[in-house]
Amino acid sequence: MALLELEKVDAYYGHIQALRGISITVEKGEIVTLIGSNGAGKTTTLRTISGIVRPRAGSVTLDGRDLARVPANRIVSLGIAHSPEGRRIFPRMSVKENLEMGAYARGAVDLTEDFDRVFGLFPRLKERITQVAGTLSGGEQQMLAIGRALMARPTLLLLDEPSMGLAPVLVELVFETIKDINRLGMSILLVEQNALMALTVAKRGYVLQTGSIVLADSAEELAKNEMVRKAYLGEE
Amino acid sequence: MQVVCPGGSGELVAAALIIGLSNGALIALIALGYTLVYGIIELINFSHGDLFMLGTFVALTVLAALGLEGGAAETPWLALIAAILAAMVFCGVLNMLAERIAYRRLRNAPRLAPLISAIGVSFIYINIGLFWRGPSPIPFPDLLPDFEFVRAITGADTLITFTTKDAFIIATAIPLMLGLGWVIKNTTMGKAMRAVAQDREMALQVGIDVDKVISFTFLLGGLLAGAAAVMHGLYNGNTVFTLGFTAGLKAFTAAVLGGIGNVTGAALGGFLLGILGAMTVTCYGGEWENVGVFTLLVVILVFRPTGLLGEETPER
Ligand SMILES: Nc1ncnc2c1ncn2[C@@H]1O[C@H](COP(=O)(O)OP(=O)(O)OP(=O)(O)O)[C@@H](O)[C@H]1O
Ligand SMILES: [Mg+2]
Repeated sequence: MALLELEKVDAYYGHIQALRGISITVEKGEIVTLIGSNGAGKTTTLRTISGIVRPRAGSVTLDGRDLARVPANRIVSLGIAHSPEGRRIFPRMSVKENLEMGAYARGAVDLTEDFDRVFGLFPRLKERITQVAGTLSGGEQQMLAIGRALMARPTLLLLDEPSMGLAPVLVELVFETIKDINRLGMSILLVEQNALMALTVAKRGYVLQTGSIVLADSAEELAKNEMVRKAYLGEE
Repeated sequence: MQVVCPGGSGELVAAALIIGLSNGALIALIALGYTLVYGIIELINFSHGDLFMLGTFVALTVLAALGLEGGAAETPWLALIAAILAAMVFCGVLNMLAERIAYRRLRNAPRLAPLISAIGVSFIYINIGLFWRGPSPIPFPDLLPDFEFVRAITGADTLITFTTKDAFIIATAIPLMLGLGWVIKNTTMGKAMRAVAQDREMALQVGIDVDKVISFTFLLGGLLAGAAAVMHGLYNGNTVFTLGFTAGLKAFTAAVLGGIGNVTGAALGGFLLGILGAMTVTCYGGEWENVGVFTLLVVILVFRPTGLLGEETPER
């Protein structure tokens, strides 16, 4: 059984249909990427998985458990953590408090190990631990958003455009970190504009176009696919 | 002195300062209720002043039940504590209920909808007050000793009065405010409140039960209003069903002055407004008090809409 399974999911914003019967699976330990142009529905897919948007048809299951009736704030306890588009760190909280909020659903537990793990991946955050998060640089905020998601000790990590707006060196770092996190045993569903990079770290991928999956294949095959190369890898 | 304050000597101004501090502490407690709620759901809770008014009625009822309606020879501390706790619990729970019934369903509606709902709740409270105790002002039993510290200590005959009542207000209000600050800064619930205020959707994603946190915020605001209600009664010696209107407007002004949504700002704004009000009364006469207060509101809104401590929040 797949860890995460979306089956024929339809999702709407009011009357506007954003997802049209999409089916996606993520197996344990996999990195799966979702690519597609602006407005294709990538963010909506992640928001549907984490319970913010409710599917109007179809089902989302985690480890065989239907998420339809699970309130949005209980999803994280089931093992899904979300590093959302635009980072959305808590701007007037310190770096430390932001990380603590990431572990909120775990209750009052000792977080020493979790802090160590996050600071191991992002030493920069450790230097800035008392800084108000809203004053961090864009790259630091991105690290914090990923770090905060890791604090939940998820089995599945949803990453929405983690490389957006970052300098090339930082993009490298973020993708290295994604591989590191995956090696720690987490499955990852990665949404990226930077399709080339995403396809190098992912095992499989889906191509989303105006709310529908138009291609699903191994990352290797997708990277070779002519339509993908034209549309998303910027080749003529 | 005569130029700035034609009505008063230095001594009078000092006296006004003390009155202003006590009034300011009361305003601050109510202002905190506005600012907490605004901070978390961006609602101006119009009914908050009237909740405070109902708190004074509850305190009266409790004191009457304890046989203290006509006053007492010695300060009945236990009864006072009982009255304060009763008013706090009543206002806290009622505020929570109002949120549950009148605001929660409208949380994702256009902003005007919950605002109008809050005005409706305000009318309901006012009419409950009117129905309960009638239209005339109701005397509040004089239960606190009227010991004047300044006279007693200096031995001089002075207009500056710092009485047991002032001491009582300060000694109750300041710990309540510090306690609130501590709760918000350090407790799990307080951190969750800040997270919800800063990004509600993200708060859900990290596992916060947003409904519960918003309920808790209304509870806190109500508790403070209830405490302020009892102190108001004991300090000013009366209450009336229209009390919530002026008290509410003043407290709201204080919250805006401090920067609505900012907790420290509301406390600061309350004290500043209390002092400004008392000064205006002393220097220009009672009829100018509201003129002073609301001129200030207009001036802030025009020149510094974010208030003294309010920050520009680009993410909103
Ligand atoms: N809150 C909303 N209300 C209404 N429509 C929305 C909302 N959010 C997204 N949409 C619409 O849903 C569609 C899918 O949007 P989504 O954000 O999922 O795209 P995306 O693939 O993440 O795009 P991008 O690469 O630009 O982030 C778009 O047409 C968008 O305009
Ligand atoms: Mg997106």
